Amino acid sequence: MGSHGIKDRVAIVGMGCTNFVEHWDKGLDDLVVEAANDAYGSAGIDKDKVDAYWLGTAQGGMSGITLARPLQLENKPVTRVENFCATGSEALRQAAYAVASGAYDVAMALGVEKTKDGGFQGLNAVPPPNDGTGRTLTAAAMFSMVAPAYAAKYGVDADKMREAMAHVAWKNHYNGARNSRAQFRREVSMETICNSPKLAGDLGVFDCAGVADGSAAAIVVRAEDAYDYTDTPIFVKALSFIAGNGSGVTDPSYDYTHFPEIAATAADAYAQAGITDPRRELALAEVHDCFTITELILMEDLGFSDRGAAWRDELDGVYDLDGDLPVNPDGGLKSFGHPVGASGLRMMFEAWLQLRGEAPDDRQLALAKPGGDRNLALTHNLGGYPGEMVSFISILGR
Amino acid sequence: MRGIQSWSAYLPYRRLDRTQIAPFVGQGGGKGTRTVASFDEDSTTMGVEAARLALRGRDLVPAQLLFATTFPAYADRTNATAIHAALRLPDTTAAFDLGASVRSSVGALLLALTGGADPALVVAGDVRTGLPGSGEEAASGDAATAFVVGSDATAPVVAELVGSASVTDEFVERWRAPGEQRTKIWDDKFSEISYVPLGVQAWNAALAAAGLTANDVAAAAVVAPSQRVARSVGGKLDGVHVIDDLSQTVGNAAAAQPGLLLAALLEQAEPGQVVALVVLADGADVLLFRATDALGSYRPVRPLAAQLAAGAALPYGKFLAWRGMLPVEPPRRPEPQRVSATAAARSQDWKFGFVGSKERDTGVVHLPPARVSRGGEQIDEMDPVPLADVQGTIVTFTVDRMVYSPSPPVVFAVVDFDGGGRLPVELTDADAGEIEIGQRVEMTFRRLYASDGIVNYFWKGRLVRDG
Repeated sequence: MGSHGIKDRVAIVGMGCTNFVEHWDKGLDDLVVEAANDAYGSAGIDKDKVDAYWLGTAQGGMSGITLARPLQLENKPVTRVENFCATGSEALRQAAYAVASGAYDVAMALGVEKTKDGGFQGLNAVPPPNDGTGRTLTAAAMFSMVAPAYAAKYGVDADKMREAMAHVAWKNHYNGARNSRAQFRREVSMETICNSPKLAGDLGVFDCAGVADGSAAAIVVRAEDAYDYTDTPIFVKALSFIAGNGSGVTDPSYDYTHFPEIAATAADAYAQAGITDPRRELALAEVHDCFTITELILMEDLGFSDRGAAWRDELDGVYDLDGDLPVNPDGGLKSFGHPVGASGLRMMFEAWLQLRGEAPDDRQLALAKPGGDRNLALTHNLGGYPGEMVSFISILGR
Repeated sequence: MRGIQSWSAYLPYRRLDRTQIAPFVGQGGGKGTRTVASFDEDSTTMGVEAARLALRGRDLVPAQLLFATTFPAYADRTNATAIHAALRLPDTTAAFDLGASVRSSVGALLLALTGGADPALVVAGDVRTGLPGSGEEAASGDAATAFVVGSDATAPVVAELVGSASVTDEFVERWRAPGEQRTKIWDDKFSEISYVPLGVQAWNAALAAAGLTANDVAAAAVVAPSQRVARSVGGKLDGVHVIDDLSQTVGNAAAAQPGLLLAALLEQAEPGQVVALVVLADGADVLLFRATDALGSYRPVRPLAAQLAAGAALPYGKFLAWRGMLPVEPPRRPEPQRVSATAAARSQDWKFGFVGSKERDTGVVHLPPARVSRGGEQIDEMDPVPLADVQGTIVTFTVDRMVYSPSPPVVFAVVDFDGGGRLPVELTDADAGEIEIGQRVEMTFRRLYASDGIVNYFWKGRLVRDG
């Protein structure tokens, strides 16, 4: 028994990512074709070279046919996967394992979501028929319960807490303003963020991720084949995933100041990759900033900040684009937008750009690019709610 | 001896100040307040609340449940079964609806008082509205009542039925087509001249049946369709003191009104006194009760007087919205799907009874009930744990301004129950600004929403308040 990982056995050799915006003029099929073609082109192959596909979409369609039909794949194994907001990451995870097992030579993971055809605000999942007793709160409301609990536990006064959360949004908008694919491409002042209309608890509009349409894709091959495709493959150092058992929701010992599923995934991922000091070994982290308070808590669960210190580190600029450990240099869910099935692969796309030195100059991290001091990137995806979530972490590296 | 063993009234938390009506509508309203059922209450849920109060802490297991209302949540299927399920009564306890007329509730009481079920539980609940600016809207109130009726073989009788009489007549004094909210009235004078002789006839017949004279009656309560009728009939009761009809505080709660005034009579009665309930609805019913010595030691769980003193104001606009008279733009989120009948049937004890499960070894409480222990070591090593009457404490909370609700925003809290168990649950009868960590919460049976005509009943939390 054990979680051993597949360190350095699989590499990403091509990626594609559409703009993440409200694509009123594009359907799911258009987004799929665009991301897949970008990935094929990036790897320098045509679609017949891909032996197997994994499609991640939360609500975009059922079965692998959702991908096989628009791409007109002939006699290919195509699997649709879903794991809440970690759906895109799950597609990559399955593709990587399939290649590592030797079952296939080349696999594609593609994530897509067409969120804006529903006509409702936010993200809406249709629950299966049920007895009507389950809670129906928005994700914003569930995560909003974390901020007061955290502030109370660590004695952070309300103004500082507000400021730290706003800094997360400010930072991610600053980064997203330097990303041509991002949904929101402008900087936003701290004042605007703090004064935005409240949606749930103390979470205002600017504390919440953007909701966008989009797609992203990756092509994975065995590590030994990687240099046949590119001079700068990105190797999978760790893949860790946990589906929580939901006990936090009903366990009185859970205090809404941390996410145990995240800390457990982080420990597993760091062990797989051989990381002992993530804050100093990672060149960047792409994390699941569905809400500003979420990103703060993640800094502690991922081991970047000590418990109770993330709010101060955030305000000190540790996670800014020019900080000790840049977090969400592409703008994160906050300003890049969150097409559920695509977001996990979008995070990997940023790692792909940064570690290959291909990010635009105004956000390329010096320490991440080839020749830089660090060669590892972390991507982190969660889905669900405090006390009941799925968590995914990848470590990618040169 | 057969009579009342226990009782309770239930008044909803909200009060409408009638002076708000005329400035808004241009007519109607009046003085005083009326009670208003919350957007998440109906005649059934308020009936559950009244019955819980009547049964709480008393060793009473009703053999029969009778439920009366003029505004049933369902037609064709029985509404009393939801009350039966929420109270976790034995499946051998029959549950019947009577209705949907005002007189059905006093009919249910008489059936129980003269019937064989020992004890019987008689529940009445009503949500009354009427068109904006109407007399019906201003004069009505929302309430529920519950009476446990039986012989002293099963429990001490606190008020014995010593006589009753009923007279019946057919005249269209007021009417409402099924499904409509507006009650129409023919002529107030016609009502008066029709009801006065009926009331006098029943009054005299009841006294004769009991072998009493009016001098033996300490107080009477008069339930009538209008205050004009109430005053006229009250003046013909041989000078017997007529108690306040609650019109300035509650309003007329239709099918719940007889029980409400009977509760008021009993709360004021001394052992040995005789009190009279006079109900004028499509005829007249007079019930004479003698308070027994057992009444001296009987304490209502939540006295009507305390409930009258409690409550909080509701803006008239909210009242209109809650009653469907003023459609308000909902949050731009999907409306809920209908409840699965099969899933609801499987989880009846949780959904209606608020029963969790408790691990035998560790005492860990699971809400909703689970089969597998926390950590997964044991399967089906649990006992049911009823938590409807257990209080809890708010651990953290939020206000959701985005989620769909019949009356946004949703106030929501994580509640830890005394003795174990945690549930994130919606709060009701509370304003968004008054919630704090550490506040005490009790559970209340509510109507979350209805979809495709299926009502989704479940429990919510409510701040523990005096009254």
